[in-house]
Amino acid sequence: MLAATIGAGLSTAVGATPRGVLGGACTPAKLKLRDPGHLTVATDSPAYPPYFENNKPSNGKGFESAVAYAVAGELGFTASQVKWVVEPFDSSYAPGPKSFDFDINEISITKQRAQEVDFSTPYYTNPQGIIVASSSPLAHAKSLAAFRKATIGVQIGTTSLSAVTAEIKPTAQPQVFNTSNDVVSAFKIHRVQAIVVDLATAFDLTSTVLSHTTIAGQFSAPGGDNWGLLLALHSPLTMCVDKAVNALRANGTLSALDKRWIASAASVPVLH
Amino acid sequence: MTTLPPLTTREDRARAHRHRARRSITISAISTIVVIGGLVAYVLTSPGWPRVRRQFFSASVFGSSFGSVLSGFWLDVRMFLIVEVVVLVFALLIALVRTMRVPVLFPLRMLAIVYVDVFRGVPTILVVYLFGFAVPGLELSGMPTSATTLSGIALALCYSAYVSEVFRAGLESIHPSQAGAALALGLTPTQALRHVIVPQAVRRVLPPLLNDFIALQKDVALVSVVGPQEAFRVAQIFAAQYFNYTPLMAAALLYLSVTIPLTRLVDRMQARNMRERGGLLALGPR
Amino acid sequence: MSPPVLELRGVTKSYGGTDVLRGIDLTVDEHEAIALIGASGSGKSTLLRCIDLLDEIDDGDILLDGEPITVPGLDPVPIRRRLGLVFQAFNLFPHMRVIDNVTLGATRAQSVDRAQARASGLALLERFGLGDRADAYPDNLSGGQQQRVAIARALLTHPRAVLLDEVTSALDPELVGEVLDIIRELKADGMTMIIATHEMEFARDFADRVCFLADGRIVEHGPPEQIFSAPAQPETQRFLARLLARR
Repeated sequence: MLAATIGAGLSTAVGATPRGVLGGACTPAKLKLRDPGHLTVATDSPAYPPYFENNKPSNGKGFESAVAYAVAGELGFTASQVKWVVEPFDSSYAPGPKSFDFDINEISITKQRAQEVDFSTPYYTNPQGIIVASSSPLAHAKSLAAFRKATIGVQIGTTSLSAVTAEIKPTAQPQVFNTSNDVVSAFKIHRVQAIVVDLATAFDLTSTVLSHTTIAGQFSAPGGDNWGLLLALHSPLTMCVDKAVNALRANGTLSALDKRWIASAASVPVLH
Repeated sequence: MTTLPPLTTREDRARAHRHRARRSITISAISTIVVIGGLVAYVLTSPGWPRVRRQFFSASVFGSSFGSVLSGFWLDVRMFLIVEVVVLVFALLIALVRTMRVPVLFPLRMLAIVYVDVFRGVPTILVVYLFGFAVPGLELSGMPTSATTLSGIALALCYSAYVSEVFRAGLESIHPSQAGAALALGLTPTQALRHVIVPQAVRRVLPPLLNDFIALQKDVALVSVVGPQEAFRVAQIFAAQYFNYTPLMAAALLYLSVTIPLTRLVDRMQARNMRERGGLLALGPR
Repeated sequence: MSPPVLELRGVTKSYGGTDVLRGIDLTVDEHEAIALIGASGSGKSTLLRCIDLLDEIDDGDILLDGEPITVPGLDPVPIRRRLGLVFQAFNLFPHMRVIDNVTLGATRAQSVDRAQARASGLALLERFGLGDRADAYPDNLSGGQQQRVAIARALLTHPRAVLLDEVTSALDPELVGEVLDIIRELKADGMTMIIATHEMEFARDFADRVCFLADGRIVEHGPPEQIFSAPAQPETQRFLARLLARR
């Protein structure tokens, strides 16, 4: 019932419902915000599907945009009180004051990273997916070892690279690109035979920009595949954001959003 | 006629000279300490310094990333060396085509002008990007598809455009009477270029030439946009993994280890050129 | 009877609409030394450059040993190898040592063996009093020494004739003598020469024949005594009078 309400809300353009259920120190008036009265949320540009649509985080469409508005709603903000800013991934963990209250940008939580920034509790768990051409023999691979001789493309800064090096251990150095668009270009010109990318993105790529491709399998990155909201180290907001994410997980909102924006992962074989 | 006693002695002058020298050393020492010390103190006492030190100058992150960054840098060095040789040859050919007023070369000359205009006018990173992604997309047979090769070609094309202009300036600075003397000896025009004109032109433009090569040494990092893992890219990967920028500092150190000696070499050559032309050094102490 | 070493028939040359040579006729016999005199701009340098085929003539013929060398389409390179030209400003190659300046023509244009060219180059430098400067660079030589090197460079390939273009004009007065001495020596050896010069006394006691050039024409020519003592043309008289008045 509750999930249905939220689901209905989300189908409108910007669908945060200001529930403000957390109370206590976690109300818009009491939070130490970057811009008082507004919740400033950051992501990189371009912002890609299925996490954002049309590179417009403020339209509430796409998984991460929807999660951001849901978190805002938990904290008691209306949709119009949410302000989006662009934060490149490379500078999101820089020292000094942040330009955002939290950053939502497909960032995996790792121990090393957590020494420099705060992460919320995970709002999503996303393993790695391997995209290959449907006609390739790799499309029917039974194990990760089958990909050892392949040239693999990944996007810089993603856990996909460490996942590839640690789990597939390819003989040729993986090719690393600035953006996932560049990885796709490299695949199209046959510079790489396989793309390793988070599974949700893999679904999106194979169903849109990459024709005649398939997801040959999924596997887990060694550090874990949990994604968290990024906040400044020792941010006073972290506790409240954690409460909001936990509440959204507990009441089923996160899995509803997952179903709404990201296709099912069940059909992809898990490779070891 | 009586001889007047000297008003000043050699000893007086020497003393005054020593005094002046001591004074200028003292002043420069004090001003150095004040300026550098002030800057260091300003940075070190800033509230964010401990965090910056940890994220930019972490010994442990340096230790765990340096080896990989260094092996990435080896790719930079190899590309630099190969591209540099290609640029030297190609740029000289372009410059010769542009300077020689032989009617047969007219179409080539037009082509060279267009080439230089275009490649000097476009950002290098854009050319690298286009070569890395567009050229293999053409699926031409016989065309290399390796990202390293293609981006190396892109770099060579961009830098040849710059360097050809340096060579051209050098060639045009050689007085026509040198060609006349060479031809009068019975050399063919090609021999005159090879033994008389080109060697002098190259000598004259050596410092700006080396400047361009310092720039090239750094721009090799641009190849990373199409995939190859050179030092900057490796450092970026580590930085993203640790959320710590120290690997980039490691890469910076490696670049400096090549560019600073090169820069000193250029300085020394420029000073020598200046001395040979009896130039402007008189303003400072020799 | 063998043909003259050089023969010029009605040679004309203009630069950008200005007629520099307006029909030059001249013959130079074996062992003969011709002095070209005339004001600056009278065409002396252009004439020498045209003979060495560095500039193309507009009309007329130039013959070397009876053979026309200004035929359109003829490769000038082998012909230049048979002549020597020495410039007013020396035009030595500053990036080469003295000995390499001297031997460049022999080794590259005439493919003489390197060691052999070096040996004869050193001998020639020795003869010109420059034996100890063979490994120096031209910029470290005095003007007189540089011009002697330039003469050695033109001579090493045994040209049929040497063309000297005001070779002492760029020199300090005290250095002129050492260069003129060498030219006298060449004359004594029987070298065929055309020398454009402002040194009237030298021209007088050295040349077999003097040609006075004015406005691109040879106004008067003859033995030096005649030109200097009893010039027939009013222009020659005026030129010489001006020169003498200046002294």
